[in-house]
Amino acid sequence: MWSFSHIANEMHEWLSKTFNPTLTLIIEMVIAGVAVIGLFAGLGLVLVIMERKVSAWMQIRLGPNRVGPKGMLQSLADTVKLLVKEGLTPDGADKFLFNLAPFIAMIVAMLLMAPIAFARDFQLWDMNIGVLYVSAVSSIMVISILIAGWSSNNKYSLMGAMRSGAQIVSYELSAGLSVLAIVVLTGSLQVSDIIQSQKDGWWIFKGHIPVIIAFVTFIIAVTAETNRAPFDLAEAESELTAGFHTEYSGMKFALFFLAEYVNVFIVCAIGATLFLGGWMPFHIGNWTDFNHVMDYIPSSIWFFGKTFFLIFVIMWFRWTFPRLRIDQLLNLEWKYLLPISMINLVVVTAMAILKWHF
Amino acid sequence: MSKEINHKEPSSIPPSGGWGGYIKDVYRGVKSLLVGMKRTMYYFTHHKEIITQQYPDNRETLDLPDRFKGEVVMPHDEKNEHRCTGCQACELACPNGTIKVITQSVILADGRKKKAIDKLVYHLELCTMCNLCIVACPSDAIVMAQTFEHSVFDRNELTKILNNPGSKIMEGVE
Repeated sequence: MWSFSHIANEMHEWLSKTFNPTLTLIIEMVIAGVAVIGLFAGLGLVLVIMERKVSAWMQIRLGPNRVGPKGMLQSLADTVKLLVKEGLTPDGADKFLFNLAPFIAMIVAMLLMAPIAFARDFQLWDMNIGVLYVSAVSSIMVISILIAGWSSNNKYSLMGAMRSGAQIVSYELSAGLSVLAIVVLTGSLQVSDIIQSQKDGWWIFKGHIPVIIAFVTFIIAVTAETNRAPFDLAEAESELTAGFHTEYSGMKFALFFLAEYVNVFIVCAIGATLFLGGWMPFHIGNWTDFNHVMDYIPSSIWFFGKTFFLIFVIMWFRWTFPRLRIDQLLNLEWKYLLPISMINLVVVTAMAILKWHF
Repeated sequence: MSKEINHKEPSSIPPSGGWGGYIKDVYRGVKSLLVGMKRTMYYFTHHKEIITQQYPDNRETLDLPDRFKGEVVMPHDEKNEHRCTGCQACELACPNGTIKVITQSVILADGRKKKAIDKLVYHLELCTMCNLCIVACPSDAIVMAQTFEHSVFDRNELTKILNNPGSKIMEGVE
């Protein structure tokens, strides 16, 4: 059968036969790295054109429609433009940190790819603390934004970075608590265990209203964590020109831009894994025929379908809601999301102990 | 665009307190967000609502809204007659001196002298399309046209004389 795990196994067998174990491991790591970078490039192109089209249609516009068929090559043209542009470093900037910041953003995004299960048995690293790893590593993102804002030596950048710091630190709490709801129900932090536990139904269906509340909190919190509108105070183009990346140009700007989209993909992939069953097909109880039909759809299509659905929802947020003020932003987190998700976590725990879920 | 967007007056939201108020706040917030999302989803799925004009492509079939203002023109009928009495109301109404009415005396058939326009000079390069001259005109002699491709190589070409050469005032327009 033709599948990602099959290809990976074939490759592993061939490499083990040809080279010694150490070299095999090194080659496999290189292949994984190249694959991740390739995925990043692909995601960047696809998500940028998707965002531009979605935003245009939601605002009764046409969107890019000149480059390529229906404007689908627009993001490719933009990438070429960014590649050939000069990456300027301002005179007053802290040169080392200024040039380091975009790479930290990219490295964080790359690290977050590790525990994501893209298809059945196809995962870079199925560690036993997968979910914890994700929430831990994603907090490093704020460091890159703070470094970028501070080293730019520009007030807009610094204000954007400070706002972003306040925002990410607060929203991580409710994101973590809503993730914990699923961890409590599953009893495991391992991504493959979480996916296996949704074999007979995704958590969003099995977990009743508490899991739906956790899902909504999760989506809101990760929208804030990825600095996307309505929580894009770190950029806030009407107030801060471009926030923390005001001074960046060329490829360094492109890295920040790419990191934003890759982060959106990652948080949506994690949301899809936790709440929508990852690569698990959609099954309804005892309808064996229906379930068999669903099994025929490859697991990778299920995963990417769910992820892109969530990405669409986040884009939908962005092009519908107005930006929050900083006090409104912190109010929403500390007065609404956090208490709600804490109570929700208690309810979910009771549900898990009493086995009220399906 | 004739879409009936629900322009409801923002109801004065009373300050809410206590637990009931908290839950009411959450409910109201979620509800208003969902209303917004419904609207954008409607636009997302209804591409016929798109208002963008692909201008150079649809030059022949351009669909301009009624209130689109391109330049001031003076319509003439088939007998080369216009409705301008030379009253200079437009010149006075214009905030930036775009219109100059140059008048002359003409001797009518019965021997009376009467004021009439010689030239109505219109400086397109100064015009802001504010429509005040059109509103001020008592005899509806000038209107806004929808032409908008005004680029020329010489600035002098933007100074236009609105009345046709040899035109006279229409019968019965005072």
